[in-house]
Amino acid sequence: MRRTFSKGGVHPADRKLAADSAIEILPLPQRMYISMSQHLGAPAQPLVQKGDRVRAGQLIGASSGFISANIHSSVSGTVVAVEPYADLAGNPAMHVIIDVEGDEWEESIDRTPDIVRDITMSPAEIVKRIADCGVVGLGGASFPTHVKLSPPPGKKADVLIVNGAECEPYLTSDYRLMLEHAEEVLLGARIMMKALGVTKGYIGIEDNKPEAIRKMRELTASSYPEIEVVSLRKKYPQGGEKQLIDAVTGRRVPSMGLPIDAGAVVQNVGTAFAVYEAVQKNKPLFEGVMTVTGECLDSQRNFRLRVGTPFGEILEAVGGIPSQTAKIISGGPMMGKAVSNIAAASVKSTSSLLLLTEKQTKRRMEGECIRCGKCVEACPMGLEPYLLNKLARAGHNDELERNKVYDCIECGCCMFTCPANIPLLDYIRTAKADVMRIMRGRPKK
Amino acid sequence: MGTTFVFTVVVLSVLGLLLAVVLFAVAKKFNVEEDPLIDVVESVMPGANCGGCGFAGCRAFAEACVKSKSLEGKFCPVGGNSVMQKVASAMGVQVEEKAPMVAVVRCNGTCQNRVRTNEYDGSVSCRIISSLYSGDTGCRYGCLGGGDCERACQFGAIRVNPETLIPEVDEEKCTACGACVRACPKGVIELRNKGPKNRRVYVSCVNKDKGGVARKACTAACIGCGKCAKVCPFGAITVENNLAYIDFNKCKLCRKCVAECPTGAIHAVNFPPKPAAAPAEEPKTDKQ
Repeated sequence: MRRTFSKGGVHPADRKLAADSAIEILPLPQRMYISMSQHLGAPAQPLVQKGDRVRAGQLIGASSGFISANIHSSVSGTVVAVEPYADLAGNPAMHVIIDVEGDEWEESIDRTPDIVRDITMSPAEIVKRIADCGVVGLGGASFPTHVKLSPPPGKKADVLIVNGAECEPYLTSDYRLMLEHAEEVLLGARIMMKALGVTKGYIGIEDNKPEAIRKMRELTASSYPEIEVVSLRKKYPQGGEKQLIDAVTGRRVPSMGLPIDAGAVVQNVGTAFAVYEAVQKNKPLFEGVMTVTGECLDSQRNFRLRVGTPFGEILEAVGGIPSQTAKIISGGPMMGKAVSNIAAASVKSTSSLLLLTEKQTKRRMEGECIRCGKCVEACPMGLEPYLLNKLARAGHNDELERNKVYDCIECGCCMFTCPANIPLLDYIRTAKADVMRIMRGRPKK
Repeated sequence: MGTTFVFTVVVLSVLGLLLAVVLFAVAKKFNVEEDPLIDVVESVMPGANCGGCGFAGCRAFAEACVKSKSLEGKFCPVGGNSVMQKVASAMGVQVEEKAPMVAVVRCNGTCQNRVRTNEYDGSVSCRIISSLYSGDTGCRYGCLGGGDCERACQFGAIRVNPETLIPEVDEEKCTACGACVRACPKGVIELRNKGPKNRRVYVSCVNKDKGGVARKACTAACIGCGKCAKVCPFGAITVENNLAYIDFNKCKLCRKCVAECPTGAIHAVNFPPKPAAAPAEEPKTDKQ
């Protein structure tokens, strides 16, 4: 039986153009821009100054709070500045800017390609190592991984789910990782299971990636019996945490709750790979796989890239920006962010650069809501997007709260399915931010 | 037939009488003593219910005035001094004259001055635009042109000029209720003293970037050079975070700063055109 999540969802064409392109390594650019806020939570505190020499893997930004993460240099060279630099949306964030010289790594990092299979560390040591290495969730939200692996007192996980759904169209970085580094991903999962003290692991993969499913099944059958490969029926947003838990285990995360309330912890395959590298190879997270794709490009590529590579350099490597490009998106077409500043640099969780033509991205004329209910049917959280949109435009915050706007996962299914092209999510997202701010401002009971 | 008629009249009359007694008793028992002054004060209010005074509406303002028995810190921006005088005389207290205010848009980023670096085709709302990115020009402080201020204004006093994409304030209609100030996510709009004969001088820019960066994004940006602060004889201008600000309580409208500003970021409005002595100023006075 092919499993999937029970409520809502849409079926965008998957367009995995770069699925057959092996992961390549890009030559190092001359200058790197490493952001100090690459994760959810407090920005890291810069530890280096102008003129300092750094090596790849050296700690250059220290975590500044429980929900924060360390930042490491991705290259060797000289720090030329520590100053605010515009991110992909043009908003300045503190960056460490490094002129690249050679490629020296910290000696503590194991650079051999051998796979280390013995997990010798204790759970506490694993969590500490993951925090030290600055591992964050690479599925998009960049939530610090060590926080997810430290459940609050009184709550206990009993399953770990590795997210290999990659339900966004175009993206292939997770797929390539599962093909080329399958065993490392499974070892990463095993390490996290040890840290959490759980005995059952799942890896959920959508059935449009049969090669990855076959490869993972072979490996789990021979040497990773505690991990079950679940083939999922393709449907967006399968990779949403709450949807994946529903699809794989049939459990529901309660409204306003976290996955841990359903006894599950979800980690992306990219995160599992980063955990493996951090724990077994002592390598901090400063590299990631990124898809560069789009119909207007001649070649569809997957790169293994250092964190802080300017987008302009990456696009140069694929032959520049084609003239018919109208929009560049960082991430997938459903939930990614439009890049308004091409000088911005990649961060840990940048999974893709997607180039779309005007025909693909131009918004169509907005019509009137005809109460067809398609958005209600598509919403994977069981909300009523047409209603939330109306309330949001009128600014009725208390009514929005009563209609659980805070449960919105911003997947964009409602907007995708709307026959009147109403920008539902635009309004719901801003209203959600308002309502959550009001709720946080209330005195706790 | 006759009995039915009489019967109906009697029943209805008795019922009416009984219910009247009930209503009377209820009205007596649950009577709320309300100061009749509140009604008097409310009757002189403009009745716009705009919330510009900080209360939920005109009635709430009247209640607050009468309950606290003073007008300290209370002001109806829509009615202005004349309404406040009426309120004061109704309550038998004194009220201080307040200088009339007006909303001022502090951005020069017209299409000529600011080069567009991106094209935005999403929802036209400044709040949504500012939550997505820094704007479609190199300036991340200035007006986004989405028209949230226009939609917030109940008086039709602020309109986005379709040619410049910058909002313009109709001084006649503006009541300084502050709705546009609250609606603007970029903090571009400010309430300033209307000034004698509606003449005022202000820095029409909110860009806090360093001079070079600001100038590159917009030719009429304040670059924080400080020339205006040096030339001001009244110490009304301060430069903080690469941005000049004119304190309207200290400004004596001499307009030396206007002549000194290298980018034309300082605007002087409603002054009569100067004689030939300073022709360079003329284009600035007609901007608003």
